[in-house]
Amino acid sequence: MNMISRIFDIVSRRIDGPLMAALALTLALGLTVVYSASGGASFERAFSQGRNLAMAVFALWLFAQIHPQLLMRLAFPAYVVGLALLVGVALFGEVRNGARRWLNLGITTIQPSEVMKIAVPLVLAWYFHRREEGLRFRDFAVAALLLVLPVGLIVRQPDLGTALLIFASGFFVIFLAGLSWKVIGSMFAAGAVSLPFLWSVMHDYQRKRILTLIDPSEDPLGAGYHIIQSTIAIGSGGILGKGWLNGTQAQLDFVPERSTDFIFAVFGEEFGLVGTVVLIALYVLIIARGMMIAANATNTFSRLTAGAITLTFFTYAFVNMGMVSGILPVVGVPLPMISYGGTALLSMLAGFGILMSISTHKQLVSS
Amino acid sequence: MMIGQALRDQQRELTVFRNRLMLSGFFIVIAFAILMGRFTWLQVVQREYYHTLAEANRISVVPVVPNRGLILDRNGEVLAANYSAYTLEITPSRVANLDRAIDELGTVIDVSPRDRRRFKKLQEESKNFESLPIRTRLTEEEVAKFAVNRYRFPGFEIKARLFRSYPQGEVASHAIGYIGRINDADVKRIDINGLATNYKGTDHIGKLGIEGAYEKDLHGVTGSEQVEIDAGGRAIRSLERSEPQSGNNLFVTIDLGLQKIAEQAFQDFKGALVAIDPKTGEILALVSKPGFDPNLFVDGIDPQNWDALNNSPDKPLNNRALRGQYPPGSTIKPFMALAALEYRKRSPEFTISDPGYFSLAGVQHRYRDWKPGGHGMVNMHRSIVVSCDTYYYGLANELGIDLIHDFLTRFGFGSRTGIDIDGELSGLAPSQEWKSQRFGQKWYAGDTVSVGIGQGYMLATPLQLAAAVATIANNGVAVHPHLLKSVQDAKTQELRPWKAMASADLPLVRPENLAFVRDAMVDVTKPGGTAAQAGAGAPYAIAAKTGTAQVVAMKQNEKYDERRLKQEHWDHALLVAFAPADDPKLALAILVENGRHGGTTAGPIAREVFDYYLLGKKPANLKPLDPGAEADDEHD
Repeated sequence: MNMISRIFDIVSRRIDGPLMAALALTLALGLTVVYSASGGASFERAFSQGRNLAMAVFALWLFAQIHPQLLMRLAFPAYVVGLALLVGVALFGEVRNGARRWLNLGITTIQPSEVMKIAVPLVLAWYFHRREEGLRFRDFAVAALLLVLPVGLIVRQPDLGTALLIFASGFFVIFLAGLSWKVIGSMFAAGAVSLPFLWSVMHDYQRKRILTLIDPSEDPLGAGYHIIQSTIAIGSGGILGKGWLNGTQAQLDFVPERSTDFIFAVFGEEFGLVGTVVLIALYVLIIARGMMIAANATNTFSRLTAGAITLTFFTYAFVNMGMVSGILPVVGVPLPMISYGGTALLSMLAGFGILMSISTHKQLVSS
Repeated sequence: MMIGQALRDQQRELTVFRNRLMLSGFFIVIAFAILMGRFTWLQVVQREYYHTLAEANRISVVPVVPNRGLILDRNGEVLAANYSAYTLEITPSRVANLDRAIDELGTVIDVSPRDRRRFKKLQEESKNFESLPIRTRLTEEEVAKFAVNRYRFPGFEIKARLFRSYPQGEVASHAIGYIGRINDADVKRIDINGLATNYKGTDHIGKLGIEGAYEKDLHGVTGSEQVEIDAGGRAIRSLERSEPQSGNNLFVTIDLGLQKIAEQAFQDFKGALVAIDPKTGEILALVSKPGFDPNLFVDGIDPQNWDALNNSPDKPLNNRALRGQYPPGSTIKPFMALAALEYRKRSPEFTISDPGYFSLAGVQHRYRDWKPGGHGMVNMHRSIVVSCDTYYYGLANELGIDLIHDFLTRFGFGSRTGIDIDGELSGLAPSQEWKSQRFGQKWYAGDTVSVGIGQGYMLATPLQLAAAVATIANNGVAVHPHLLKSVQDAKTQELRPWKAMASADLPLVRPENLAFVRDAMVDVTKPGGTAAQAGAGAPYAIAAKTGTAQVVAMKQNEKYDERRLKQEHWDHALLVAFAPADDPKLALAILVENGRHGGTTAGPIAREVFDYYLLGKKPANLKPLDPGAEADDEHD
């Protein structure tokens, strides 16, 4: 065995081939779009995203090596640390852009809500795994508490987008664990009833985003501008798109936040309907593979974790594309694996690392 | 049992999990289907609509303003030109605290109080989102200084623009006119004429004179440029450009040299002069003194200069040549004589004995001659040469106002000459009908007597007098006075000469009558005539008639004593003339306000103008005009 194949062995150990292939394609596509969305004139952003990507892929590899048993043991401590950090943010956090989301640890500034994106589904899966002998209503109540604590803290920051996604990831665990339809039904009913109350505690900018969704033309230069310009970008792309680097809406700066949350507008404009079909197909591949891994997982923790990670990934993709194309309100959710930015990519690929770990360790568990 | 239970539970849990996963998968398919539906709607069904919006976003059509045509005199001397300069402009709506911002600007480049006042005035006259100049004609250094500090001044912008300049300053200002910023009234006019598209990007328009009257020729056709812009409105690149078409150059009939001589000849006097080529109607000089500097109006005049011009008792903005309506005084006498001959009311030989006054039958009132004691025996020839009032009192009375009105109207009195610039007034050739309409009174014989010497209700503009005397000079054929000589087409460089309106070209009077009056007018400038001074030593014959117009009415027994009158109440001096008398090349009407004697003040002006035009002679040294000099002069 020569050197090269040994390195290859180490690198590809515990990597799920089909999932990795789909991820790699999507990430490569993301890099080209980031390059275009940063004006196409310099490689600076694309390089920086490449660096983020390298780190995130390393995190993926790292998480893939960790045995699910170990992850399960780490879940609760990680959750507690994350919760402590969130409390720290609420007390000593740094305010940026009117939101208290960052915690300065002296050496670096972190956003503890990112930790919770992984920790919340893990801790819930861990909890249900422990109670696998037969779940009672009480168990679901404890799970709900585990979920609501961090989500409530994040809502207060305020960071509605992240709170929503973490809530979704936790909800997916509870849902997959078998929460009874009666409870789900009454939860949605309670949610619907509490909508007016929610409306009354919302910040003005949050209300505006919802109103803007209903009629973007009401405030065309303010809140509606994002949606109007991004739908123009997508629509004007047509079937084949205007071509890479040739989107006028994107290149002439009409699309705001074009390399981050609204990057899908750039993509839709330059690659057209063909591009969006390809992207959705890639997402479907990833999700399908994730669901297969979940379905074949050998214990409750693995099943629930894999299922929740997969469904959360779908939620990211759906919410972002829905918001950029004007059918969902504007919440700060990046387009997974495409948007510029390191933090979201890191937690996303770490999640896929866990998926791979579950996928490749199952024989050991079952034997 | 326990294990069995646990296994069953696990089995059950796995079933629930897989069911729910399936359900999620189903939901995901639906969600992605909704998204695909949305994308299909946007990118296939609505694609054209969004494509149009995207194009409208990125493409901005910018007007490209054409160069305004030049105005040149008949010999190609430039009267109005364009120059390119940097201006610093402010869009008031984009500046929070305008005064403070301008104060701050003053620390970077010079901003004079005059600039500020002018800007304030412009701001009052325009809309808030218009870009208005605070400083014009910035030097390269100032442009550089501002550029460095640009970030401090949102809403301020340096622009390179073409500006109008009038290199001759005050010279011929009333003929050339000026351009100024487009105001609300201009906008309405532009809209009514359907020119709104052509004036996109243009912010100046001809207001007066040639600039105003020939705006259509001078403006040109606005081009356009399709520019790709980014979301910040910055131009990225030009996509398509249709070149503007420059305005046509105009050659005017003015002879700049002659115009300057004529203006200088007035020295400090106010007044007007119109010099016409009697064969063509071309106006070679159009003087209205005092003039004004049209350059002041180009960027918007500041309030101080505006007040100075507008409120001055000298009324420099009033174009006296076209709008000054004066009693023509004795300059009307040649026309009265012609009328009498034409209507055969008087023969040339008919002679009166002038006692120094005229009375209507049965009326005590005496109409006095300007010369106490009278002129003795006076026939028609002598009546013109010595300007005998008594002769014309009787003549007018015999003609009656109806014939006088008819005849004067033929020579253009009482109606506009139709000169090709705006603002002309019509003067007044009174009639019975006019008086009854105007005052509701009947016409008295005494009214006619005053009209006989160009007083009473009679009013004429210098332009009308010039046109009328040009008609005499042109063998009785009327010409249409005009200022445009030719239009140089900007595209073909071809010269399109001014076209007169179709006219009969028939003499208005019989040639022998005209010859008789003309001979008498020649003798006016000979020794013994009222304008002998003007003709002294001239190598060509000048036909002329002097006149005096009263500024204040004299009571019946009051004697005109100028020592007791303020200067602004001194009589106006008039002169109509043409030369050379046998083949007239130039016809003139001159009015000198408060100049008192046509012969002594207007005469020398006429002579200088003729000498320059006919002999190419420039006045060596100007002798001051002396209205007080007692010459063998009329005074009616």
